[in-house]
Amino acid sequence: MDDLDASSPEVMRTFYRRLYPFKSIFNWLNHQPVPTRLFTHREFSFTLPQDVYLRYNSFNTVEDLKKQVCLLAPTRFEIGPVYTARPKDKKTVRPGAFKPLQRELVFDIDMTDYDSIRTCCKDAAICKRCWGFIAAAVRVLDTSIRDQFGYQHLLWVYSGRRGIHLWISDKEALSLTDEQRRALVNWMMAVQPGKGKEVGKVIARSGTKPLPPCLQFALSELAEVFSDIILNDQDCFGSEEGYDALLHLIPDSKVAENLREKWSTGPYRTSEDKWSDLKNQIKKYPKGTSQRPILTSAMEDIILLYTYPRLDAEVSKHRNHLLKAPFCVHPKTGRVCVPVDPSLIDDFDPEMVPTVGQLLRELDAAGSQNENGMEHHSDWESTSLKPYVDIITKHAQSLMEDVRRGKRETDTTTW
Amino acid sequence: MFKGSHKPAFSNDASLQVENHGTAQYPFRLNFYDKPPLYDVTIEDLEICALDRLRILAEIESSAARNRSWEETKSFTMAQCSKYLPLNANSARTDLHSERRKDHLGHFVLRLAFCRSEDLRRRFIKAESTLFRIRFETDDGQERRQFLSSREFRWTAVDNAEKEKYKAELKANYQGFRNEDDKERAFAQENYYKVRWTRVPDLVEKRKVFLKGGWAYVPSRDQSSIAYQEFEDQLGNALQMTAKALPRLDEDNRLLPILNNLSQGFVAGVSSDWVAPSSEGNEDQVRAEMVDELAQKHFPLCMRNLHQNLKKDHHLKHFERLTYGLFLKVLGLSVEEAIIFWRKSFVGSHVKDDKFNKEYKYNIRHSYGLEGRRANYPAKSCQQLLMAESSSYGCPYRNFSPENLQSALLSAYSSQGLTSSDLPEIMQTVSARHYHVACTRVFETTHAKSGVKRGEGVGAGESVTHPNQYATKSMEMEKQRKDSMDVKAEMEMEVDL
Repeated sequence: MDDLDASSPEVMRTFYRRLYPFKSIFNWLNHQPVPTRLFTHREFSFTLPQDVYLRYNSFNTVEDLKKQVCLLAPTRFEIGPVYTARPKDKKTVRPGAFKPLQRELVFDIDMTDYDSIRTCCKDAAICKRCWGFIAAAVRVLDTSIRDQFGYQHLLWVYSGRRGIHLWISDKEALSLTDEQRRALVNWMMAVQPGKGKEVGKVIARSGTKPLPPCLQFALSELAEVFSDIILNDQDCFGSEEGYDALLHLIPDSKVAENLREKWSTGPYRTSEDKWSDLKNQIKKYPKGTSQRPILTSAMEDIILLYTYPRLDAEVSKHRNHLLKAPFCVHPKTGRVCVPVDPSLIDDFDPEMVPTVGQLLRELDAAGSQNENGMEHHSDWESTSLKPYVDIITKHAQSLMEDVRRGKRETDTTTW
Repeated sequence: MFKGSHKPAFSNDASLQVENHGTAQYPFRLNFYDKPPLYDVTIEDLEICALDRLRILAEIESSAARNRSWEETKSFTMAQCSKYLPLNANSARTDLHSERRKDHLGHFVLRLAFCRSEDLRRRFIKAESTLFRIRFETDDGQERRQFLSSREFRWTAVDNAEKEKYKAELKANYQGFRNEDDKERAFAQENYYKVRWTRVPDLVEKRKVFLKGGWAYVPSRDQSSIAYQEFEDQLGNALQMTAKALPRLDEDNRLLPILNNLSQGFVAGVSSDWVAPSSEGNEDQVRAEMVDELAQKHFPLCMRNLHQNLKKDHHLKHFERLTYGLFLKVLGLSVEEAIIFWRKSFVGSHVKDDKFNKEYKYNIRHSYGLEGRRANYPAKSCQQLLMAESSSYGCPYRNFSPENLQSALLSAYSSQGLTSSDLPEIMQTVSARHYHVACTRVFETTHAKSGVKRGEGVGAGESVTHPNQYATKSMEMEKQRKDSMDVKAEMEMEVDL
């Protein structure tokens, strides 16, 4: 269906010139209509075809940025931190004086970390069904960060293929040190994904103690997800490989052996059947015996292990990490990295995201309708990109509103 | 001196300039050092305070590099503190004012010495906050409470209504209670304080607090975390400010050499020069023919290396001779024996008797203070060797390539129990540039059979700071071992001593 090649510079140039919402991106990064350090001291890096990588670019105005992007037609560009000096002047300042100062707090969740548990797709592939994992992760992370850390300006962006990024632009979040970022990530991290076929392990629990309160909350949410996705949709314990992984997570060899016996010899039982088999086995231990709490916490751990967000921690821990800008085009899929409304995350279908080819065709069709020959700056209005641009525009507006209000407060109060 | 050049860097409180000889100026043992010392100090005082504090900080750094546990670090540091920088509680009957003044002054002098590079600032903050933590933990409970309440920590006490509202969440962090009643009682007694979570990242990281809307609910038992964080932040800011104000200090030419010396000492991980316990009193005189055996058994790698080269080439270059010669002098080699030793060592080289007597003998006598200036030159310390650029007589841990260092270590010390399995750890400290720690580790490994335990260093946890300290300690230990084998009864007496 896509006759236009997303990796061709010509296609990309047209996309940047006519469709890319530079104005909204600027407002989102800068928080104010007039360029501040948040924009002028910000690093942009460009990836050109043949993997040429240009780092430490910075721009005085968003027009300069647009000009340069249209000139280079990069396959994608990334946004880095705000430095102590303009990144383009990096070579002229003392090495010690060039340091990252501020940066949106970012998170990256990637489907590859779920490869050991998802049964529908593998590797780079993603379908509506695997999106369920991402959707669950988004819900947990979004609620936890808003509730526990009190941040409000969260922008979720589909990464164009099989993952999702989160950008947090609250003032406090921007200024977090690397140490504070690490602390926050470790607070959030509950699951360590395993390598290759291993499911991974829960790292949040020490010994057999109860889960920390923040995770108990997440657990109650995830129990439902577990039943929907793991037991029903993905049928994770259906295959022998699948239930083998489950049995390895049970800290009671007697229970595990009983179940293995039953599942390997008896007629086929679905994941849901198997899960209730496990529950029944546990119920055989009377209340008050030491085995009971060990096994119940093991069940909690299994739920977390299969559904809790699997974060790429390194992305979040350091201010100087670069992350692909929203609305870039994924070179392999041609899909645009569009913002996602977390409240509608379950309805999001990565396969329905507009591709660059589709958008340019829509533009052609719209262009032939009103023949005024003029080139608009917001041509995306007439394409299916519009609802997504609206999300970031609205998001940026609320950020700017916050800054305006903050300014007014500092004007009236004396600190 | 602080008055003139430093006023802009700190917020001054004029009331503190009053000379007050009581505890009024320093009401607490703990100090956040937010007021600079605004009084006249002699240059000697300044140097002593700084050097003594530097020993403590160097000890803390080397504890960290040796992976000591918190309890070990604490006890080693406390031992050093009581020796060089005692600091007692208000209840103690010591001269509290001068103790606290020394603590105060030393801290500020070191600030000047360590504010100059990012690396130094980072290390200084780390060492100083560790020291603060150790003191905080060992502080008298009552005084600590008073100290905390004397400061404004910008925390909000959580009122009962709010405490009740989040009761379930707050109580979930209570563990290790036998029954629900105990837990309930403990919770009822606990006071909570609210701070932005960014001020207690360590508690957040370990999920030790309840978080709501970016506020961390810190129980009073974890208040210390807030204090530590505050201490670090304040010190970090103050160092930045001091660094900016420092150029104005340059006009005082008495201070700079001291400050330079201090920061160099810290870089080398050396607290201060090791002072030989009066070499005159060394009754076991070292004779020329003993040197070879001593080198095999007791020398640190730098001196082993020089000895090896001397044997191989029958010659050493000027600075190598000077370094090794002074080392042997302090070890107890008399000037007569030294001349014999060098003459013998040169046999087989181009240096003939005549040349030796004319040129080399003079130099040897000179280093013993018998010619020219007649100065009694001390042996080179680790710090000086670390500063030496040349690989032939500097610190081998620093100058050798990793491959060379490993083979040198094995060939030198495998007879004393060093095996290749010990190398990774040593090489790791080397690559972290903690050369003295690597050397200390070699000492510990090669003296394990004399009962040296890991982390004990050259006695009481001290690191190697001087080649002679290494050798003397090693010889002492062998002597003790011999004595104890010869006469059991005598050993018991020695132990009693």
